[in-house]
Amino acid sequence: MFFWSLVLIAVGIFSSFIYGRSRIKLNSKKQGTKSKSLPNYYAQYVLMWCLFPALIVYFSWAIFQEQIIQNIVISNFEFIEGAVYNEGLLLAEIRNVANNPSFADGKSIEIINAASHYSSLRQISQISFYTSIIIIMLLGALYASQKLKPEFHAQHTIEKYIQYILIFCSSVAIFTTIGIVFSLIFESLRFFAEVSIFEFLFSTEWYPFIPIREGQTAAEGSFGAVPIFAGTFLVMVVAMCVAVPLGLLTAIYLAEYASQRVRKIVKPLLEILAGIPTIVYGFFAFVSVAPFVKAFGQSIGIDASPTSALAAGMVMGVMIIPFISSLSDDVINSVPQSLREASLGIGANKAETIKKVILPAALPGIVGAFLLAISRAIGETMIVVVAAGTAPNLTGNPFENVTTVTVQIVVALIGDQEFDNPRTLSAFALGLVLFVITLLLNIIALQIVKRYRERYE
Amino acid sequence: MNNSIAKEKIISLRKKRSLEDMRFKYYGFTAMCLSLAVLVFLLYTIFSKGYTAFQKTIVLLEVDYNQEVLKLTPDSSDEDMEKGKFFRVKKQAIENFFPDLSKSDIKLVKKLFSINVDKEIKDYFLDNPEVINTKQQIWVTAHSDVDQLLKGNSRRDVPEDRRKLNDIQLSYVDQLVEENRVKQVFNNFFFTKADSRHPEIAGVVGSFMGSLFTLFTVFILSFPIAIGASVYLEEFAPKNRITELIEVNISNLAAVPSIVFGLLGLGVLLNVFGLPRSTPLVGGSVLALMTLPTIIIACRASLKAVPPSIKEGALAVGATKTQAVFHHVVPLALPGTLTGTIIGLAQALGETAPLIMIGMIAFIPNIPTGLTEPSAALPVQIYLWVESAERGFQEKSAAAIMVILIFLFMMNAIAVFLRNRFERKW
Repeated sequence: MFFWSLVLIAVGIFSSFIYGRSRIKLNSKKQGTKSKSLPNYYAQYVLMWCLFPALIVYFSWAIFQEQIIQNIVISNFEFIEGAVYNEGLLLAEIRNVANNPSFADGKSIEIINAASHYSSLRQISQISFYTSIIIIMLLGALYASQKLKPEFHAQHTIEKYIQYILIFCSSVAIFTTIGIVFSLIFESLRFFAEVSIFEFLFSTEWYPFIPIREGQTAAEGSFGAVPIFAGTFLVMVVAMCVAVPLGLLTAIYLAEYASQRVRKIVKPLLEILAGIPTIVYGFFAFVSVAPFVKAFGQSIGIDASPTSALAAGMVMGVMIIPFISSLSDDVINSVPQSLREASLGIGANKAETIKKVILPAALPGIVGAFLLAISRAIGETMIVVVAAGTAPNLTGNPFENVTTVTVQIVVALIGDQEFDNPRTLSAFALGLVLFVITLLLNIIALQIVKRYRERYE
Repeated sequence: MNNSIAKEKIISLRKKRSLEDMRFKYYGFTAMCLSLAVLVFLLYTIFSKGYTAFQKTIVLLEVDYNQEVLKLTPDSSDEDMEKGKFFRVKKQAIENFFPDLSKSDIKLVKKLFSINVDKEIKDYFLDNPEVINTKQQIWVTAHSDVDQLLKGNSRRDVPEDRRKLNDIQLSYVDQLVEENRVKQVFNNFFFTKADSRHPEIAGVVGSFMGSLFTLFTVFILSFPIAIGASVYLEEFAPKNRITELIEVNISNLAAVPSIVFGLLGLGVLLNVFGLPRSTPLVGGSVLALMTLPTIIIACRASLKAVPPSIKEGALAVGATKTQAVFHHVVPLALPGTLTGTIIGLAQALGETAPLIMIGMIAFIPNIPTGLTEPSAALPVQIYLWVESAERGFQEKSAAAIMVILIFLFMMNAIAVFLRNRFERKW
């Protein structure tokens, strides 16, 4: 349906363009004056008045059609008294029967009625969709054609419209942020209505069990996120222990020692390491590193679990190496050459220059890089989902199973969810924590790096 | 006397210092080599675990297309042929697979074959209807357990109760190998089928198409928006608070964890706007929002690289600012923006977590054909196969990783090509 309407819109704007062009030529000939702008601008003017109203109709239909139809179907549904209905399942069933009549066998009469109601509504909606698109495009063209007079400054108007479009494009980023903040806060508030915020932040018991069926008395879930935060922290620390020395030393070597040829070869290779999807690292952690960690733990007498903070953290560290090394490389390169020369000039050798002059000078930038890397490690999902486990252990032992914020978000939202229980909503509360922490780290890091840049520019 | 002691001291100190210098250099060198060694080891692991997935094991089965068993006649119509009792033919073929099989043995033999064998027997017949009432030797797909055993991925020496195949089945397999009734051929299923519960007939095409549709959505949404945004910020935006806010916003958005974008998709696109779950449309929209900052930053860099003299020249001959930008600056920056977009798309291709959030993790056994159809995506498919308990899926996940890496490699090659071929140095 929506494909053909795109074709319809395309035909509409094409003909509106042609129409606008010929109309302004005709008008200016009639009046015997030259038009203020080139004919193409008048044509574009008509085109815009056709296209944008049509697009608004198109998107509002695409977004709201299904919901409105479903609401009407549900409100007209003949509920049998006493029976318990699950709205989502009911709708799915109605849709199935409507889309595929062969599913109707054995379904109750209410469902079949609702399904035919549903398909008739869809038909009505389709017809009115096409009509309204055609009408709105005609109206737009009509409005625009009234302005097609030679004394009208079409080009100015068009350029103004283009400005609006560009402003809209750049504000998409703002809308995205607003969308993120609002969806996280809104669902988190629903979560905190059922679970106190103090329990969430300070309690150490994470058993997010909820009754599966209505009326079932299961153990009350408890939502103390401390073990999750601790697990995230542990994995992050392991990752940084791997990534910081390797990344920083690599950066120093590349920036200060390596020949141009080595740099030319190694830098793209490190970029490959950075471009590998995280799920691939997850596979690597699961298949190679985790068994190795388990065997290693056993050989030194520690009972390691098959998925562990150590395995996930090590692989995550490898993932972050190129991140740290390229950022530090930039930072080290932007240390002024004069500092280096001064140090070498008074007789220090290269290592001394690096350790005593360049690194202290580059320190703020390097710290900024570390903070960005930490924020990366905290937000990383697939490696930990595959290799760190899901058990909320409050432990400092990296050989044990731990869980992280991102893992719990995934676990809470996998599969079909209903949004009325704290288990699902907890994902948004955890997401909010994650968002706030990474944002803070990022803002601080960017500030530090910016100050650092200013110092040497 | 005093002098020579001091000299010795200086010499030994200098030796120490230059030793220190050497050591530090080698630390750096070792760190770099270690990082690269991990890359090599990673690729080696993927290749060594995955290359076997490109082969499948097939078994020679003698099928008797008896018309009475099939309940067909040689002149049945095509429609009747479709309804032939092929499962009975298969049952008979398995009963006679080895001479003198007892009932319990037949059950064991049956487990050596893939669930797809019914279909293969049927397809063979439909392709060659003249074989009715003859005995045919057909190569059919073996069960994943047999496949894994022959590929050496599952071990024989573990105790029987921890093996998928018991001792009797092992002896059958050995017998088949001895009689040359089993062989390994190219696994066409991997490149023609979508996901399946059965490893031996699971393929990568469904998720590949899903990824293509998703990337298409990402491109359609993010490319125009990114160009618009970067043109505005680079050429038109007044230097004020709002512009600064937008810029800070974009750079911060680039560092928001991808999973948070998944939550955005779930909370807004699915729950508020009610877009269809598990579809490339929603997945692509979320990934477009996620990659937008990356692409905007790249686009701005390439706009910046166009020398101001070009714009000034256009302005000088009387073009308006809009004309100067859109007729001169943007076309010159286009190769650079395309390169940036492709790099953004490569990032989107490997992203898994947001797609899980919006439900692209559902089990989809057919190949999607549109943007609004539920589908899988390559990285999510890999995740599902990695997490699967079935041993046969492990090689599949490694092979799917190879597919995604080749895909990524090609995208980056195109980006590099565009950059080298079309980007102008001023």
